[in-house]
Amino acid sequence: MITLTDIHKTFDGKPILRGVNLTLPQGQSTVVIGASGSGKSVLMRSILGLVTPDSGTITHQDAPLNPQAFLNDFGMLFQGAALFDSLPIWQNVAFRLLRQMPKPRARAIALQKLARVGLDADVADRLPATLSGGMQKRAGLARAIATDPSVIFFDEPTTGLDPIMARTINTLIRDIVSETNATTLTITHDMTTVHSIADQVALLDKGKIRWHGTPAQMATATDDKLQAFLFSGS
Amino acid sequence: MIYLAVLGRVVLGTLGALGRVTIFAFSAIVHIFRPPLYVGQFLTSLVQIGWLSLPVVGLTALFTGGALVMQIYAGGARFNAQAVVPQIVAIGMVRELGPVLVGLMVAARVTAAIAAEIATMKVTEQLDALITLSTDPMRYLTVPRVLAALLVVPLLVAVGDVIGIMGGYIVATGSLGFNPTAYLRNTVDFLEPLDIASSLIKGAAFGMIAAIMGCYFGMNADRGARGVGRATKSAVEAAAVLILAANFVLTALIFAL
Ligand SMILES: Nc1ncnc2c1ncn2[C@@H]1O[C@H](COP(=O)(O)OP(=O)(O)O)[C@@H](O)[C@H]1O
Ligand SMILES: [Mg+2]
Repeated sequence: MITLTDIHKTFDGKPILRGVNLTLPQGQSTVVIGASGSGKSVLMRSILGLVTPDSGTITHQDAPLNPQAFLNDFGMLFQGAALFDSLPIWQNVAFRLLRQMPKPRARAIALQKLARVGLDADVADRLPATLSGGMQKRAGLARAIATDPSVIFFDEPTTGLDPIMARTINTLIRDIVSETNATTLTITHDMTTVHSIADQVALLDKGKIRWHGTPAQMATATDDKLQAFLFSGS
Repeated sequence: MIYLAVLGRVVLGTLGALGRVTIFAFSAIVHIFRPPLYVGQFLTSLVQIGWLSLPVVGLTALFTGGALVMQIYAGGARFNAQAVVPQIVAIGMVRELGPVLVGLMVAARVTAAIAAEIATMKVTEQLDALITLSTDPMRYLTVPRVLAALLVVPLLVAVGDVIGIMGGYIVATGSLGFNPTAYLRNTVDFLEPLDIASSLIKGAAFGMIAAIMGCYFGMNADRGARGVGRATKSAVEAAAVLILAANFVLTALIFAL
């Protein structure tokens, strides 16, 4: 379980997070929605230590979250996949594995993860730049799950993909989340992502969690900001 | 008053930036001495910085050596001192022009390439991805490049020195009537170990400056494609200016004290 309490963050005098409280329950899938620029990525980066909050506390299993230890059992799919340009796909996927085991074994696991996300073995030796956006997302997903981490983050997994590819990625994430029993945090403004993977939904608005509940509760919620978000089609 | 305030802000901003660069450089150098080294990254950097810079370094040195001989010959002729051309060319090349030209070429080629590559990684979240994979960008990206530059730029300078002298030799013996054997003997006999050591020391310092500036500005790039362009430009400017400043300081330290 990861708990954020009263997180504040200001950039250049502009408050982005203004007292965020959020709990990511163990083994569950939490999805944070919110308008573009509302601070979803800043929130996620705060947990990873990539952004240092001005105030507030973050705990993991009831102890203060230590990013270094936390990241050892963690995987992430970045918005643009963020594959390393200079490494072939399999080495991207096996990046962490290559430090833990001999090369052939790391490669074997990488190929298995690539297959899991629907990529053929013949992409393994290609460079990321030679793959389409959708294939890069798949490879990024394979990298995120390479070590079977117990915490996985997804930053806008379907943004920039065509609807068919978006559905494929949503399905993959849903299956992986249910297979692995990992604790996951997803940020998105794609409602199909919410409906396909969320156990819990939180709406970030004006630097605070404005509403949170289950997808079922969301359907009957009366919060005007949530309604506006649901119907804006963003 | 407004001018004073602006001036103050500019001065403070510059000092702050200098401080951050200094801290970064210090940290990079400290990390060089702490294993582990990412060997693959290091070997790639050796090839990128050393081997692939050879053509531009060689051509620059060749033309400069040739031009230098003509200038010194013409200047020397005013005092009937044409005989010292080989010696002056050797000193000018080894002590000064070899390291400075190679340093500036490395700043143009290597600093720009490093800054653009790392800035692109920053903009596309690859640096964040590295961190989430428990890998320190300082160790994975900066150290291999700085160490490679530190080791290989002195060799580039040595190559530049030799090719520059050969450029002079070609012009001197080909069109100015110098005796080939005498020219080479004069060059070799005249150069002292300190001349050569200074050349290599300058090369090491300039190589480090070039790599560190590329890494620093790359890692601190602003977001977006414009961030990459701006980081590259700033990195090359900073590297070139710092190399020339370091050249002045090193020359004073080595030869004037
Ligand atoms: N490192 C940073 N420096 C300055 N401003 C930032 C930084 N990171 C994010 N911001 C600002 O914070 C706001 C929220 O950004 P972000 O979290 O990326 O939004 P989103 O909800 O779309 O993920 C934006 O206005 C952005 O410009
Ligand atoms: Mg975002």
